[in-house]
Order: sequence, then structure tokens, then C-alpha cells
Amino acid sequence: MTTFLFYFFAILTVVAAAGVIAARSPIYSAMSLVGTFFSLAAIYALLLAHTIAVLQVLVYAGAIMVLFLFVIMLLSLGESVGPAKVTFPRVVGGLVAAGLFAALVIAARPFVPAAAQTPPSFGTLQSIGAQLYTQWLAPFEAVSLLLLVAMVGAVVVAKSRV
Amino acid sequence: MEGITLQHYLFLAALLFSLGVFGVLVRRNALVVFMCVELMLNASNLTFLAFARDSGMDVGHLPALFVIAVAAAEAAIGLAVIIAVFRSRGTVNVDDIRTMRL
Repeated sequence: MTTFLFYFFAILTVVAAAGVIAARSPIYSAMSLVGTFFSLAAIYALLLAHTIAVLQVLVYAGAIMVLFLFVIMLLSLGESVGPAKVTFPRVVGGLVAAGLFAALVIAARPFVPAAAQTPPSFGTLQSIGAQLYTQWLAPFEAVSLLLLVAMVGAVVVAKSRV
Repeated sequence: MEGITLQHYLFLAALLFSLGVFGVLVRRNALVVFMCVELMLNASNLTFLAFARDSGMDVGHLPALFVIAVAAAEAAIGLAVIIAVFRSRGTVNVDDIRTMRL
């Protein structure tokens, strides 16, 4: 069952990710990206990372994608015209990406799966929260500061000059 | 994980990351370039979670949490920059944007 679910959602993820790149209109790219995020959330759930899967849907598929769609509609960009051509920069980009994929696969092969048993509390909100507020308190506070700076910065950068 | 091992998840993450890199290199619309960066961030998250599951310790979920938070901040700032650039130049094509000065 896990095998079937993994391949189902893995193929869905890759197809949607390819759709992000191949889509002619930014709106279709954004919609494909939502599909990628949802199927990735399912993959996260297969990895018993339930909390992160929920956060993925809430923050990525919810908040960030709304932001993207808002900006796309605000700018009212047209579609790219004409058929997709095979140009020299595209070939080079494809070769670089293929080379990177080969390097990553070679790097990932030697890892011996430990396949360790997981405790019942693995990935629960309680377990994550307990670690977040003890061991990881300093990074957590740093992230809150980062979000504040980003909020102020976004307003300053995007406001129209009058 | 019966038939699916750590490697399956790592290969999926590698494929997703490479697709993101390909998109960043090939696409000329700044918004789509941004979406491809999000793909790469998600691929790194998947790697964190795969190793967390394999080692049986959920400490690896916390970096993934921080990656999501940083991605949210990055999206807010990046889209604000895109709006500012579009206002001053009327385009979001990264080939037409040559200077950082507004």
C-alpha cells in the first residue's frame, strides 16, 4: 500500500512540477505549483511527518500561493506567445539540470537505510512543539524577527512613491 | 517503509531539485523563476523529512519548519521586489532587467 501511494504521489509531484516550468501562463504555473505542494504534503504524511504535512498545506498551498496569485493578477501579465522553441540557453539549462540530477543521485546512493523504528510520538505536534520551545528556542525567536523584518520590508519596497 | 526505502525519497527530492534548477535557468518570467525556487526549497524539505523518518528521530522536522517560515518571508519580499520592478520598468522579464537601480 505504501509503495502504491508513494509512486502515485511521486509521479503526481513530478508531473505537476514539470507543469510549473512548461505552462505558458503564470496562472497555470501557479496552479501546477499548488498541485505539487498538495502531493508533496501527501508524501510528507507517508514519512509520518503529519505536522509538517499540515503546515505545508496551510502555509505553502494556502498563504504563499494566494500571495503569488494576487501578484500575478495585480500585474496582469500576458501569456508567452508562439510555440516553445529549443534554443541554445534551454539546451544548456537542460544539460546543467541533468548533470546536477546525476550528481545528486550518485551522492544519494551510498546511504545505507537505517529503517529505524519510530516512537509513537514521532512527528506529532506535541513532540515537535516540545523540541521547538526548548532545544530550538533561539532559531525560533530568530525566525519571528525575520518575519517581522520581512513584513516591514515588503511594505516599504512595494509601496508606491508619492 | 516496506518496499520504499530512503533512496526512493532522496531520488524524488533530487529530481524535484533538478527540475527547480532547470526552471530557474530556462524561464524568463521572474514570477515563474520564483516558483521554481519554491520547488527547490520543497526538495530540501523532503530530504530533511526522509532522513528524519529513516533515523527514527523527528528532530529533522524542525529544520523543515524553519525552511517553510523562511520561504514565506522570501516570498513576501521577493514579490514586493517584483511589484516594485514592474512599476518602474513595466516588465518582469529577467532578460530585460539589467540594473538594480530603480
